[in-house]
Amino acid sequence: MSRILLRIATGLTLAFLYVPIAVIILYAFNAQRVQVWPIAEYSTRWFGEALANESVRSALVLSLTVGVAATVVAIVLGSLASFAVHRHRYFGREVISFALVLPIALPGIITGIALNATFNNFGIPLGTLTIVVGHATFCVVVVYNNVIARLRRSSTTIEEASADLGADSWQTFRFVTFPVLRTAIVAAGLLAFALSFDEIIVTTFTAGTQETLPIWIFNHLRLPNQRPIVNVVAMFLILMSVIPVYLAQRVSSETTGAAATNR
Amino acid sequence: MTTAEPARPNAPAPSAPRRLSAWLHERPRLRLGALLVAPFGWFGVVYFGSLAVLFAYAFWSLDPQTGVVVKSFTLSNFQRMVTDPVYGAIVQRTVAVAAIVTVADALIAFPIAYYMARVASPRRRALLFMSVLLPLWASYLVKVYAWRVIVAPSGILDWAFHLVGITDSSSVLGVSDVSMTIVFIYMWLPYMILPIYAGLERIPSSYLEASADLGARSGQTFRRVILPLVLPALVAGSIFTFSLTLGDYIIPQLVSNTQFIGNVVYVSQGVAGDIPFAAAFALVPVGIMAVYLLVARRLGAFDAI
Repeated sequence: MSRILLRIATGLTLAFLYVPIAVIILYAFNAQRVQVWPIAEYSTRWFGEALANESVRSALVLSLTVGVAATVVAIVLGSLASFAVHRHRYFGREVISFALVLPIALPGIITGIALNATFNNFGIPLGTLTIVVGHATFCVVVVYNNVIARLRRSSTTIEEASADLGADSWQTFRFVTFPVLRTAIVAAGLLAFALSFDEIIVTTFTAGTQETLPIWIFNHLRLPNQRPIVNVVAMFLILMSVIPVYLAQRVSSETTGAAATNR
Repeated sequence: MTTAEPARPNAPAPSAPRRLSAWLHERPRLRLGALLVAPFGWFGVVYFGSLAVLFAYAFWSLDPQTGVVVKSFTLSNFQRMVTDPVYGAIVQRTVAVAAIVTVADALIAFPIAYYMARVASPRRRALLFMSVLLPLWASYLVKVYAWRVIVAPSGILDWAFHLVGITDSSSVLGVSDVSMTIVFIYMWLPYMILPIYAGLERIPSSYLEASADLGARSGQTFRRVILPLVLPALVAGSIFTFSLTLGDYIIPQLVSNTQFIGNVVYVSQGVAGDIPFAAAFALVPVGIMAVYLLVARRLGAFDAI
C-alpha cells in the first residue's frame, strides 16, 4: 500500500520536474507567432530564422568564447588546488575547500555585485574579460570537487610503486597520476562549461552591454514578435546545459556525488 | 637509428621539466607553494578582494548631485535601509518566501528520495538519479521562462483550468505571488531531493530491521529512527533552497510584481547607478546566510553535503 503511494508520488514529482522543460521544447516547434495552448501547427521554420539572426549569432559566439576560456582557467586552478589539498597535510585545508565553495554557496548576486563594485572602483571596463573572470571564479569548485574525489579514491601506492621503479615525479605525473585523473578532468570541464554557458546573474553584473545567450533571452522575452526565436534559443540552451552533464556522468562516476553541491 | 631503447630515469641529460620536478621533489614546501600560488592568488585577489571592496562600498555613499561615489565612511546607506519601511518589508517578504519554499521542497522531496534510496532497484535508482540531476542542470533562465509561458493567459494552466470548468484562473495565477512561489519550489526541488536521497541511502538497513524487531510500527520507525538520521541531509538541502531564494531577483521580476532583496540590489546598481546602496543591501542576505550556516553547522549539515 505505502509502496504504491510512494510510486505515485515519485511519478508525480518527475512529471512536475519535466513538464516545463517539455513545454519549451514543444513551443520551439510552434508554427505560429502567437503562443496559445494547445499548439495548433508544428514547424521548424523558426530554427532557420534564429540561425540567421545577427544578435543571436553574436551572443552564441560570446557564450562559447566565455565558456571555453572560463573552463580552461577553472581546470588549471581547480586541479592545482586539489593536488595541493590532497598531497600535503598542513593546517588550513578546510579553509581552502571552504573558500572555493563560497562563490556558489553565497547567492550569485553577491559575487555579481562584488565584482561589479570592484571593476567599477578600479576603472576596469566591463566586457568579455570581466565575464570570464566572474565565470572562472564559480567554476573552480566544480573542477576541484571532481578531481579531489578521484584523488581520494585512487590509491597513492601506485605512485609509490612508480617511484620505486625509478620514475621521477614528472614521469610519475605524466604516466601514472594523469591517466588516473584524465576522465575526472574531462567530466569537470564539461560541467564547468555547462555552468558557464547557462549563467545569467553574475554575468548581468559583469557583462556591461555585451549579450551572452541567457542575457539575450532575458532582453528579448518580453517582445512578442521575438517570441518564436526566443523559444528556439531557449530549447538550444536546455540542450547545451543538459548534454554536457549527461556526458560527464557517462565519463566519470564522481559526478554522481559531487554534482548536487556543484551548482 | 640504433638507440631505440626507452628513455631511462637516470638517462644522462634529463629535460628541463624533469630537472625541475626532481628539484621540487626534494623541497615539498616549495612544491606546495608552487601548487597553491595560482589558485590562492586568484581567489585572494579576485574573489576575496572583491568581497572586501563590496564591504567598503557599503560604507561609502553616492553624491546625489554629481552621481560620483564619495569614498568616506558613512552609515547613511544603513540608515536609509532601517528608516524607510519599504526595505524592511522587502527583507521580511523575501525571508518568508524562502522559508515557505524550503518547507514545501522538503515535503515534496521526501517521498521520491525515499523511493529512490530504499525501494527502487539499483538499476532504476541510477535512472531516477539521472532524472533528478538533469532538470537541476537544465538552464535556469529557460525554466523560469517556461513557467512564465505556462502561467500566462491562454497558456497550459489556463487551458487545464478550463477543462475542469474554472474559467477565471488568471485571478489566481498569471503574474502573481502564487506563481512566483510555485516557480521557486520548482526551481530548487532537485537541490533538496539529492541530499535527502544521499542521507537516506546512508542509513543501514539493520537499523530499520532492529526498530521493527523491537516492535516499532512503521510510523514510529520513521519518526524516531529515519527522521533524526536524515535531518543533517535535510538541513544541507535547505541551505540551497533558502540561500538561492534569498539572492534571486529574476524569478520575482519575470513571474510576479513583487520586489525581493535581489531586485533592490539589481535596480540600485543598474537603474539608479547607486553601487554603495546596492552593496549595503547585498550585505543583508550575507548576514542572514551567515546565521543560517552557523545553525546548520551545529545540526551537522556540513558532513552531509
